[in-house]
Amino acid sequence: MTAPLLSVRGVDAFYGNIQALRSVNMDVAPGEIVTLIGANGAGKTTLMMTVCGKPQARHGQIVFDGTDITKLPTHEIARMSIAHAPEGRRIFPRMTVMENLQMGALLAPEAKFAEAQEMVFSLFPVLAKRRNQRGGTLSGGEQQMLAISRALMSWPRLLLLDEPSLGLAPLIVQQIFQVIRELNAKQGLTVFLVEQNAYHALKLAHRGYVMVNGKITLSGTGRELLARDEVKAAYLEGGR
Amino acid sequence: MAEGVVMATGARSIEAPDVGEALKQAIIASGIALILFIAIVGIKTENAQGGLALIYRFGAAFSLAATVGVVRFLFDLFVWRGLGREIMQRWLPAGTLGTVMTALVIAAYLLGAYYFIVPGSRLALAETLSDIFGDNEWRSRSRIFVELTGQLVIAVFIVLSAMGIIMALRRLFSAAIPASREAVPPAARAEKTTLAEFGQQFAPALLVIAVILPVLVAGPQQRYALDTAIQILTYIMLGWGLNIVVGLAGLLDLGYVAFYAVGAYSYALLSTSFGWSFWICLPLAGILAAFWGIMLGFPVLRLRGDYLAIVTLAFGEMIRILLLNWQSLTNGPNGISQIPKPSFFGLSFDRFGGSGTKFHEFFGLQYDAVYRIIFLYYIILALALMVNFASQRLRRLPIGRAWEALREDEIACRSLGINTVTTKLTAFAIGAMFGGFAGSFFAMRQGFISPESFTFHESALILAIVVLGGLGSQIGVVVAAVALIGSSEFFRDLEDYRMLIFGASMVVIMVWRPRGLVSGRAPTVVLKEHKVISGGLVKEGAG
Ligand SMILES: Nc1ncnc2c1ncn2[C@@H]1O[C@H](COP(=O)(O)OP(=O)(O)O)[C@@H](O)[C@H]1O
Ligand SMILES: [Mg+2]
Repeated sequence: MTAPLLSVRGVDAFYGNIQALRSVNMDVAPGEIVTLIGANGAGKTTLMMTVCGKPQARHGQIVFDGTDITKLPTHEIARMSIAHAPEGRRIFPRMTVMENLQMGALLAPEAKFAEAQEMVFSLFPVLAKRRNQRGGTLSGGEQQMLAISRALMSWPRLLLLDEPSLGLAPLIVQQIFQVIRELNAKQGLTVFLVEQNAYHALKLAHRGYVMVNGKITLSGTGRELLARDEVKAAYLEGGR
Repeated sequence: MAEGVVMATGARSIEAPDVGEALKQAIIASGIALILFIAIVGIKTENAQGGLALIYRFGAAFSLAATVGVVRFLFDLFVWRGLGREIMQRWLPAGTLGTVMTALVIAAYLLGAYYFIVPGSRLALAETLSDIFGDNEWRSRSRIFVELTGQLVIAVFIVLSAMGIIMALRRLFSAAIPASREAVPPAARAEKTTLAEFGQQFAPALLVIAVILPVLVAGPQQRYALDTAIQILTYIMLGWGLNIVVGLAGLLDLGYVAFYAVGAYSYALLSTSFGWSFWICLPLAGILAAFWGIMLGFPVLRLRGDYLAIVTLAFGEMIRILLLNWQSLTNGPNGISQIPKPSFFGLSFDRFGGSGTKFHEFFGLQYDAVYRIIFLYYIILALALMVNFASQRLRRLPIGRAWEALREDEIACRSLGINTVTTKLTAFAIGAMFGGFAGSFFAMRQGFISPESFTFHESALILAIVVLGGLGSQIGVVVAAVALIGSSEFFRDLEDYRMLIFGASMVVIMVWRPRGLVSGRAPTVVLKEHKVISGGLVKEGAG
């Protein structure tokens, strides 16, 4: 395996005195889609936020592209071309779609704005139609598309996606997952995807991790994990 | 109805005015008015020997009723139909507030026309009004009011007439103006003319009026009018400055007056101790205020909402108490007096005394104390415009966008690479700097300052202007400042009830327009070809 783009080694994270992550190890290689699945409250979001520096890891190390980012503040981690589409979308509701995209492009050279805009509009044509509409008035699916697009505007090398399927209709989820697959296949974008929708996530990802109570309990390729009985029982009851 | 058909088919024909119908309506209106006016105006009681005497003023009642009839007739013919109606639809906002504004604008227009066309009518009206009020205090007050508003109303008349003439000419010369506007369905059209848009359309007119105001109010009341205008402009400037912190960055600051005080004391101390001129002290005062803004910013970086409000409130009080007790520097409660007055490029506005040429001597004018006031007026106008311009520019720069993003979602900001610490600190610093500028101006204008001028009441007033105007709205601040400061000036004698009126009007506005007079922020980028979407669909929240 090539040197990982992102590597998480023995990371513990706490909220006050409550330990949320227990010695987590995880790797994301360049060009991979890696997914992290687990039940509600397992600590998936916490792991993603810890990669982004809030909360900071108390023990262990997080390395991105050879640089130790464990103790960096969030905005500097973002500047290392790690883009984050956080849980619950968190688009700017009173800003228009275009303004949201501009916010995403703050770190990118201005000359590449038009190109980035064209890219996201071709991925999500509906956003082009809504470009002057305020973010808060978009539908849930459109908001998620906007959140992903906003993250893409900075030409990231690693895209962190936290539950993009949250609260969306199956058809829209399919569409968004299709876009992630496309981005990965065509542009070689590396993606770390946190999901509760285990079936779709594992089908999409090259590799996956399963988290229970802040610990990684299983890992393997997407297909392997889908075939495991523990995974089937815990996350794929009734098929999907 | 004829109107409906015109709307629906999108035809551009003007409805033919129905003179007969208009006449009928006018007669009915003036008849009703006469009945009312006979009782109210036509008969008056006056203290005379041996009790009350009745005085009959039927002439006045008749002429008032006739005026009502004529106005109604003109309305029917020109305002509710044809070109007038088109102007209204195009320029005036919809909704309840829109209707009120429309009525006000129309009233101002008609009054302006009356003043403009009939010479001496203003004086006559002032007389009539003061007769109605009777008592002396209100008599002079209403005279001042008529005098002052007269010029403004005339300005409204001229500006609107010019607009009307331009529209009429355009229609005459290009019979085939693209019918795009007509094609928009009525509902969508109503939503497009919002108050914010109204403000944008009228901002240039307001600016023109502001620039020529000293001429407009020329006359015996000029000095009083300019003093009021200066006061209003100071609050507009403070409002625009605070708008950066509260409106853009979303940081609720209840201690803004602290920076106003820092600016005022900076100028007062620097100019009295070192003899530096206003223009040297102004940037220094701004820098000092910005420094205090950062001092406030650091401890409150992690606070939001209520907690932030409480700490900033305490900060404002701290500065005031500091000024009160730091006797050796600030002279405590006695304040600082004899602060240098402004000079015009070194020309003093004084009448006698001192060395050097005086302003009036240099220009060969008769001495008039009002020159200084006019000069002050233009300084504050320029300063306020500078603040406005700067904040409009900043909004379009990355830092301004970061402020707005911060207001919307701090977590998202960080994940987009925005340094929220520096972003917050710059918002506090720049807001404080503008407050400091305003403070310097205040000190120069007053010539005397003491901690008493910088109480929490001031902070609350400035915040009220920002909130009532609609957070983040520039034109809203103007409207709110004029309303709050102007009305409290007008009701000055009702000192005891001022806060009551103030509070009541706050409650009314918050119930009626909970997001401020001019709500809704204007996007910084709008791509023209898609403009139609923004009006109609946004409110439906498609999806
Ligand atoms: N800000 C917080 N403060 C305290 N505890 C938190 C906070 N955020 C999450 N937790 C706790 O950490 C655990 C993991 O949460 P989270 O990472 O959000 O789970 P997931 O994303 O897997 O659903 C949960 O027990 C949750 O209650
Ligand atoms: Mg989560």
